[in-house]
Amino acid sequence: MDDVVGHAGETLPAWSLPKDEVERISLPMEWPDRVTREWAWGESTGKGVRVCILDSGVEAGHPLVGSLESAVAITVDEDDHPVVSEDTEGDVSGHGTACAGIVRAVAPDCSISSVRVLGQGFKGSGNVLLAGLRHAVEQGYDLINMSLSTTKKPFAAILHELADSAYFRRTVLVASAHNMPVESYPWKFSSVISVGSHEETDPLAFFYNPSPPVEFFARGVNVDVAWSGGRSLTVSGNSFATPHVTAICALILAKHPELTPFQLKNVLYLTATNVGGGK
Amino acid sequence: MTDESELRAAVASGVVGSTESFRALLGAIVQVARAIFGAKASSILLLDEEADELVFEAVVGEGEESLLGTRFPADHGIAGWVLATRTPLVIEDVEQDPRHARDVAEGTGYVPKGIMAAPLLTEESALGVLSVLDRPEQSLFSLQEMELLGLFANQAAIAVDLLQKARRAERVLADEDDLSVVARLAASVNALEDDRRTAGLRLLENLAATLGRSSAG
Repeated sequence: MDDVVGHAGETLPAWSLPKDEVERISLPMEWPDRVTREWAWGESTGKGVRVCILDSGVEAGHPLVGSLESAVAITVDEDDHPVVSEDTEGDVSGHGTACAGIVRAVAPDCSISSVRVLGQGFKGSGNVLLAGLRHAVEQGYDLINMSLSTTKKPFAAILHELADSAYFRRTVLVASAHNMPVESYPWKFSSVISVGSHEETDPLAFFYNPSPPVEFFARGVNVDVAWSGGRSLTVSGNSFATPHVTAICALILAKHPELTPFQLKNVLYLTATNVGGGK
Repeated sequence: MTDESELRAAVASGVVGSTESFRALLGAIVQVARAIFGAKASSILLLDEEADELVFEAVVGEGEESLLGTRFPADHGIAGWVLATRTPLVIEDVEQDPRHARDVAEGTGYVPKGIMAAPLLTEESALGVLSVLDRPEQSLFSLQEMELLGLFANQAAIAVDLLQKARRAERVLADEDDLSVVARLAASVNALEDDRRTAGLRLLENLAATLGRSSAG
């Protein structure tokens, strides 16, 4: 994995821009005078974008989800070392399938993969969560949907480093804000896109929050979602707002694959319902 | 040897007699939650870590008679999910949800259709789950209700924390070993009335002074 900070002995590039190198970093695209939703994702179906659902697993073949690119489960061995294996159990709760279904509904042609970090009986641990996120970042997904968080402070520093690594590798981490006023991670890190809920019913309505740490609000109340066993349910919570933003990001990246996470967040801002997207 | 903080808590518990008060507080919280949401039932489940089970500690409404004190595995049901992920969840048409572990619900004589549940969180751990069952039909869930649920859960978490401390203190009080005799003594003196209580306290003060001198010398 790329190190965020170089260690002694490594050859680092000079973090500066000589005059004759300006041409090298010219942007590969023309930006319009005004970024509109039409420019950002008009006609896009998310095709070619790889989305990872880091959750309770995803039920492959669910009518509202379709097929998966891949599905792995993260467990720990006797020595508490994480193990990545092919997931043969699917979704242990329905929560991950719900997230995948929301992504599929908004961005029908994106590719969806599952990294399961909860086992039977919903058992998980900080180590499994970290290993799952590390695995997803290493796979180079364009987007990782994380409708989970941890309240365990000892994991915060490593999660922060992983979130920054993802950011610099052009993997966008979209994370749920906690529904209660408690400290939890990774949604509070500025290298991720954090999401809370609004009460509107339009899946493409999303709002920029000028008072972070939550940066965006998306549909998360009374949402009809896919559930394990081929079923569907009505649910509420920030867990279900997050995949709406993940899916909108998939639409944007399919049309503008050259965008960095920083630029993508800018496009989200400029197309938010309360900024320019309502027009 | 009994931990000093436990001993102090035990002495305090002997004086205050608190577990019943905290249980009553939990009961009051679920009563208010049920009334505010216009729900059919509300309950507080506590995690028994040793048994890895959730125990109904306070129940109001449907199932009130039969549920109190009953247990089920902590990795079952919507409550189990909320406890494990430490995140609130609101679901309609619960019967369709595999997490609901229908056998558990039916075993208790009441199968709700809608559930909102929030974890009882302290800084580092999840102590249990607050559930509110079957809000009025045809009323769409709102973010305001989610916030209210979180507020009730925080209140319940504080009460549960106090209850658990009081229970630990009571266990120390009941213990025959070590300095628990001090806690029992404090409880006994506190139970005396008027002049006898004053005399008891003076006796203890003199005893403390005497022991203090002898240990200093």
